[in-house]
Amino acid sequence: MNEYSPTSVVVLAGGISHERDVSLRSGRRVADSLRQHGISVELRDPDASLLSYLTTTRPDVVWPALHGASGEDGALRGLLDFIGIPFVGSTSGAARLAWDKPTAKVLVSRAGIATPRSISLSRDAFRELGAQSVLDSLTDELPIPLVVKPAQGGSAQGVTLVDDRSALPRAMVDAYTYCDTALVEQKIVGTEIAVGIIDTGDGPVALPAVEIQPLSGVFSFEARYNAGETRFYTPARLDPAIAARAAEVALLAHTTLGLRHLSRVDLIVDASGTPWFLEANVLPGLTETSLLPLALEAAGHDLGWVYSALAEAAIRGD
Amino acid sequence: MTNGHSPSESGTNLDPWYDLYADRTAGLSASEVRALFAVASRPEVVSLAGGMPFVSALPTELVGGAFAKVMRDEGPQALQYGSGQGIPQLREHILEIMALEGIRASVDDVVVTTGSQHALELVTKLFINPGDVVLAEGPSYVTAMVVFKSFQAEVEHVMMDDHGLIPDALRQRIAEVKAQGRTIKFLYTIPSFSNPAGVTLTWERRLEILEICRANDILVLEDDPYGLLYFDSPPPQAMRSVEEEGVIYLGTFSKTLAPGFRVGWALAPHAIREKLILANEAAVLSPSSFSQYMITEYLNTADWRGQIDTFRGIYRERRDAMLSALDEYLPQLSWTVPNGGFYIWATLPDHLDSKAMLPRAVRELVAYTPGTAFYADGSGRNNMRLSFCYPTPEFIREGIRRLSVVINGELDLLRTFSQTSPLRTVTPARDAKLGIVSPPSNLA
Repeated sequence: MNEYSPTSVVVLAGGISHERDVSLRSGRRVADSLRQHGISVELRDPDASLLSYLTTTRPDVVWPALHGASGEDGALRGLLDFIGIPFVGSTSGAARLAWDKPTAKVLVSRAGIATPRSISLSRDAFRELGAQSVLDSLTDELPIPLVVKPAQGGSAQGVTLVDDRSALPRAMVDAYTYCDTALVEQKIVGTEIAVGIIDTGDGPVALPAVEIQPLSGVFSFEARYNAGETRFYTPARLDPAIAARAAEVALLAHTTLGLRHLSRVDLIVDASGTPWFLEANVLPGLTETSLLPLALEAAGHDLGWVYSALAEAAIRGD
Repeated sequence: MTNGHSPSESGTNLDPWYDLYADRTAGLSASEVRALFAVASRPEVVSLAGGMPFVSALPTELVGGAFAKVMRDEGPQALQYGSGQGIPQLREHILEIMALEGIRASVDDVVVTTGSQHALELVTKLFINPGDVVLAEGPSYVTAMVVFKSFQAEVEHVMMDDHGLIPDALRQRIAEVKAQGRTIKFLYTIPSFSNPAGVTLTWERRLEILEICRANDILVLEDDPYGLLYFDSPPPQAMRSVEEEGVIYLGTFSKTLAPGFRVGWALAPHAIREKLILANEAAVLSPSSFSQYMITEYLNTADWRGQIDTFRGIYRERRDAMLSALDEYLPQLSWTVPNGGFYIWATLPDHLDSKAMLPRAVRELVAYTPGTAFYADGSGRNNMRLSFCYPTPEFIREGIRRLSVVINGELDLLRTFSQTSPLRTVTPARDAKLGIVSPPSNLA
């Protein structure tokens, strides 16, 4: 115990985003881990009473386990800043940059990180310019296969791997049901990995990369949240030099985006060994089938210790 | 056994037992749609998805009084194991309730179960071998199909219209299935205020369907959760009222009292009833004694018929609110007009896909159940079930208004993409992924 050790932690989970169910699972897992570490935890689903509750009870720290818009777009984090309650994870501004996948890709690309060619298209762009014309231009420049995803959001919701030109319109429609902007990205063939980053006060550290091999071939929502549907290799089966390069890239993405405490950077390593940046997650999944806990355990960390250490870092203002 | 949590050269799939699951568990998995329903529990969301009875209309003092009396007078029995068939006093009351729908039976032929859902599972367990066929209305109750599939039955749907199951369609489907050399075990039907379609099978059709099933040695599984919850006039009498040997009748207290008790029943022909009791004991030893004593006390002392009248009035008002809102906000849809029960079945323009549209609905803070949930064969993409049982009339109206925003947004999106090649498909294909067959008339 030290002066920064949290005695009261509020874990936020749930919300009204598409990822509510995943968030509830993450939140329960974080709360359980902290409790096993001897910390008093209040698990709350954010609602209209949250801010007054926090200002009244003044917990040592808030541990947001909110996925989706309410937790990752920066709004709640900004409000926590306003009321002066420390919280685990990235600041509002950084969260907003990472939350928007096209913006994050531009920023990391400027830092020299490879990221698949892509275009982000609003619904209005199709309406104004004509869907056929836009799709024709798009496929002229970006060869099939493509990945279509909502510009914001996680858990692979609304994501489609398009390996046939005729499936592209449906993929666009599916992405737009989640978000008014879609990201159409060239599909990079290679080894899919996720690199967790944690920073408990001594600077960001890359965890062993987790290699993802879904049975269905696509790391879909179902492949993510049904145990048994995906095989994970930790550390990833990469040449050590390439693994080290992937870790460097993930750390560079984390710092370039100004992320704090924890993140998960999703990469694909192609046949030449180049890691391609796909996206960075401000609040990665923390469920029993999620990648960051898997990497933490593979690295020999106790989840309760790590989650508690992150809370301490937040209290210290690291 | 594959390796589990220990990362190794062969990796981990996070489930060390993955290769050991029975074949019947296929389909028991987390899905994106199911995850979206988690949002429906939030108060900001108007949920037209679930079929939750409005239990707040039940006077709490009635339940509280029953609890106090049961604990005072029959505590030791109520807290003890019971018989696999259920307590006789409750079964007597069940006869009284079934008589309201024209059923006469012996108390010996009633088996109390843990909700009628469990009776459904027990009957399926008794009759279904892998590959056997269950005939069901199209659309049919989603969780019944989950049960059928879990016993590896093949569900074959039979078309219905505003008057329920279509006898000629039943004859045709039976002939088709038999010609394929497959075995039909039973017809599963919700003849009164069906879930999800809300329609009611006419008396003439009830008789005709019983005759068809009798002629083809097909058992009828009559599920009747909503029969007493009529609005304007009672439905025809239960099919079981005229056929004793060929019908297993399922009833429940979940809709006329409260689902929290988890008490339902099966009324079965003698031979089947014996097996049901044994299967019930094997599964749960005995249905909850406590719940049975509570319900018995409630039925002994409360004006339960009056309470059902109260429920009818509440649900009638909510149905009217939904119909009125649909008229006002969504004239481009068609829908059924139920005379009882909990549900309206809405049909969207052909090319709309209610399942794909659900995330947009969640963004607009309204939830419904996509039509595909009610078919075993992927049909129903341009349908949705709208439940009016739980939200207040004001919330129903607001929910339908939000739904109109969702549907209009989707129509706008599809209009945008209607010039692309897949949208020019000319063959009607309700179950195609895009579901778009031609520009709809209201977009042309």
